[in-house]
Order: sequence, then structure tokens, then C-alpha cells
Amino acid sequence: MIGFNYSLGLESYGRTLPPDWPGGFWWHWLVFTVIILAFVMTVLLGFVWFERRALGRMQARLGPNRVGPFGLLQPVADALKVLIKEDIVPSQADKIVHWLAPVVTLVPVLMIFAVVPFQDGALLVDLNIGLLYVVAVSAVPILGIFMAGWASNNKYTLIAAMRDVASVISYEIPVVLSLAGVVLIAGSLSLNQIVLTQNTPLILLQPLGFLIFFIGGLAEINRTPFDLLEADSELTAGFHTEYSGMKFALFYLAEYAEALALSALIATFFLSGWRGPFLPPWLWFLLKIVAMFFVIIWMRATLPRIRIDQLMALAWKFLFPLALLNIVVTAIEVLVWPEALPWGLIPVNIVVAGILVLFLSKKFTLGWGRIEV
Amino acid sequence: MALDILFWLLATVSVGAALAVVLLRDVFRSALSLVLCFLVVAGIYITLSADFLAAVQVLIYVGGIAILIVLAIMFTRDIQRGSPANRLRIPAFIMAILCFGVISFALVNTPWQISTLSPTIPTTPALADKLLGKGGFILPVEIAAALLLAVLLGAIALMREK
Repeated sequence: MIGFNYSLGLESYGRTLPPDWPGGFWWHWLVFTVIILAFVMTVLLGFVWFERRALGRMQARLGPNRVGPFGLLQPVADALKVLIKEDIVPSQADKIVHWLAPVVTLVPVLMIFAVVPFQDGALLVDLNIGLLYVVAVSAVPILGIFMAGWASNNKYTLIAAMRDVASVISYEIPVVLSLAGVVLIAGSLSLNQIVLTQNTPLILLQPLGFLIFFIGGLAEINRTPFDLLEADSELTAGFHTEYSGMKFALFYLAEYAEALALSALIATFFLSGWRGPFLPPWLWFLLKIVAMFFVIIWMRATLPRIRIDQLMALAWKFLFPLALLNIVVTAIEVLVWPEALPWGLIPVNIVVAGILVLFLSKKFTLGWGRIEV
Repeated sequence: MALDILFWLLATVSVGAALAVVLLRDVFRSALSLVLCFLVVAGIYITLSADFLAAVQVLIYVGGIAILIVLAIMFTRDIQRGSPANRLRIPAFIMAILCFGVISFALVNTPWQISTLSPTIPTTPALADKLLGKGGFILPVEIAAALLLAVLLGAIALMREK
């Protein structure tokens, strides 16, 4: 019995903040921009430390523990080191594009947080096309990675950039289709509204959609096991080989910001966002984000990197049909049993997801580079 | 007033970016200017209260088409020489001027109907009704889907190993 006191929790929150808190359009804009930037940067520094310590623990070593208590100040020291490093631009590089690439990669990721609610109504803008906005904006950072790969004038960066485009274009489709199930159940594209309608966390009603979104999201942000574009045994350092100093740091930040965005979006779409009993909403939200990020680290420490043909086959032959089937099943459920939605459908959906995954796993074959019709 | 300033700003940037697409020698930079042009057009949609259209513009044009164009550029040989003009330069210029003249003439001489209604907020339910609801555009939407499927199948058939 999960989700038993969510509805009770909602009444006690009410709408805690008026839509234009703290009064006036520009104050609202200023305050929330500062809050979002501070939140993202602080959590990112925390994530860098957390990932290195957790990886160390999982690999039976210590991890950074010299700077500050438990090595907590290590990210600060790293940031300072990177700030004072020399910024090197290759002589044959396309200078303007080389300079623009880190910005184009980081800024859209930050823009995602504009529509993520921290508690009821506490967000920069409550767009009624929020989910579509997230999907649209998160498609832009690939372009920055592409620009970096091209402008560096280096074959390894170029190969890495092309791998990234191949994976992102493929995984974009199952990711967006898996979100269609969330929209069907929530009946809204606004992220705040999606959280408000989740009396039961959608991970129970959409187990399949959650799996597809999580796997596809990992592939889109290039985390292990999909980190083909940073495979240092094949590509030196991937698309940012020719970057140093602060520009490299921006790419590094963008990578972690994407991981944070993915965790925040999963928390919002599937884990009922800021809702939960007893604790304040923002703390629930943060806890869910950190839990999701821990799973991502865990996968990084556990799984080996997959090959490019496995990557493409997984997207097109496994996740894509699953996502389509998920939409069909969800649409039928929403149409036929609208009133039974919360309780009766949870076991049905979990069983359907299990059967579909098992069935398609049996059918799954690699094409070995050949195109079959 | 603020909207006017915004419009002229966006319009200038979009025309500048569009010109850069045609005039720049470096093909990759042309593609990037095209992306800028798409983004600015999305901005114009936002000032017209068409938020759904703006998001779709960014999603499809920036996230899909621009990426495909850049990918095509990377697969092109002799890319380092840029895009030099060939001997059809003058005829192409004349055709472009003619095309521009016809479009401008049509735009200026069309009696545009300006609605006095305030824009619908939120836009999504109304759009959904129009696209998928009764008496809406469900048939064209389905035809477009069938067309796209046919194109996909055609592309696969072309790619198939003989």
C-alpha cells in the first residue's frame, strides 16, 4: 500500500504560494532565477562529491577525502583549479564555434529547471506546455556537443560527436513516446499539474513508461552504460578532448546538470514530485532527486559500456516498440476504466509490463550491422 | 510597445541569420545560423501567444531537422573548401529576386483579417480539440501520418541491401 496518505498530504499543502510570489512579475522572475541557479550549482557540486565518494565505496577504495571533512570541499578545490588553468584553443579550430559550444550545451539544461516545481506553484513559470517545453529544450544541448566536436578540428572529437547524435536522435523517440503515457493519465502538459494529479506515484501506473524513460534518458545524457562518446580507450576524451580550463568545466557541469535534470524529471513525472508525508515538500523533492542520482551512479559502477550496434538496436528494436505498446495499453485503460485508475490498474500494469519486457527480450536480436527489411 | 520592440528585434535577427545562411562561406556556420533563425522564429511565435507552436518549432526544427542537416554536412566530402558559387550565380540571383518580389507582393496585397479576440489561454485543450476532436482536422492529421510512414518505408527500401 504505497501512496496511502498522499491525498491527505495534498490538503495540508494547499496552494502554499500565490502564482506570482513574491509579488510582481519581475520580482518573481528574479527570485526564482536566483533560486534555480543557486539550487542547480549547489546540488551539482554535491553530486560531483557524492558520485566520486559513492563510486569509491562501490569499488572498495576511499575516494577523495583530503580537502575538508569527508572530502566535502573537493569539488570547490577542483572548480578553483579549473578556473585558473590556461584556456587553450587549437590553432586550426573554428574559434567562434569553439567558444560558443560550452554555452550552447549548458544553458538549455539550466532552462529545463524553469518549469520544474519545487513545491505547489513554486516554479519560475507554470507553462501549460511544460512537458513539451522540457522535451524541446533538452534537444538543444546535442547541438553544443556537435559544435564542440566539429570546431575542435580533431577526428576523435568528430567521431564522438557523431556517436552522440546517433544515440540522441534514436533515443529521443522512445523517451518522448514514454512521456505520452504520463500525459494520458495526468491529462495535462503542465509539470505542476502532473504532480498535483499524482495521488499515486505514476511509477506504479506506468512501470513500463518509467523504465523506457529512464533507459532512454541515460542514453541521452550519455551516462554509463551508454557513454560511447566519452569512451577514453577509443576516443581519447571524447568530444571535449580539445577543451581545457573553464570551457572544459562548463562541459563537465553540463553533464552533471543533465544528470540532475533527468533525476528531477523522473521525480516529477514518476515519483510524484514534491509530494510526500511529514517532511517539507522541497526536502521530499531533493530526496527523490538524490535517490534517482544514486541509482544512476550505481549503474555506472555496475554495468560495462555497450557497443554502438547494441546501442542502436536497443533503441529501435526494443524500446521503440515497447513505447508504442505502452501508449496503446495506457490509452485503452484511460478510456475504458477511468474510475478504476488508481488501484485496480497497478497490478495489471506491472504484469503487462513484465510480460511485454520478457516477450520482447526473447525476440531481441542484433542486426550485426546489416539492415533487414 | 514592448511587444513592438521585441518584434523588430526578433525580425532583424531572424533576417540577419537567414542572410548569413546564404552568404557565409563556411557551410557548418551556415547551418548554425539556420538554427539561430529557427530559434528566433520560435521567439516570434511566443510573442504571438502561440506557445505550443513555438515549442514544436524548437523540438522539430532545432532538435530534428537542424541536427540532420549538420549530420549531412559532416558526411559531405570536400567540406573544407566551403560553398563556392558556381556558374549559375546570375540566373539564381534573378530567380531569387523574382521569388522575393512575388512573395512580398502577395503579402502586401492580401487583405489580412486581424482577429480582435484575445488569445485562448491555455492553448493546449483548444488545439487538441481542433486537431483530434469532432469536426476538427483529424483527417489531415491522419493523412500526414500515413504520408510520413510511406516516406519512412521508401527510405528503408532505398537503403536495403540488394
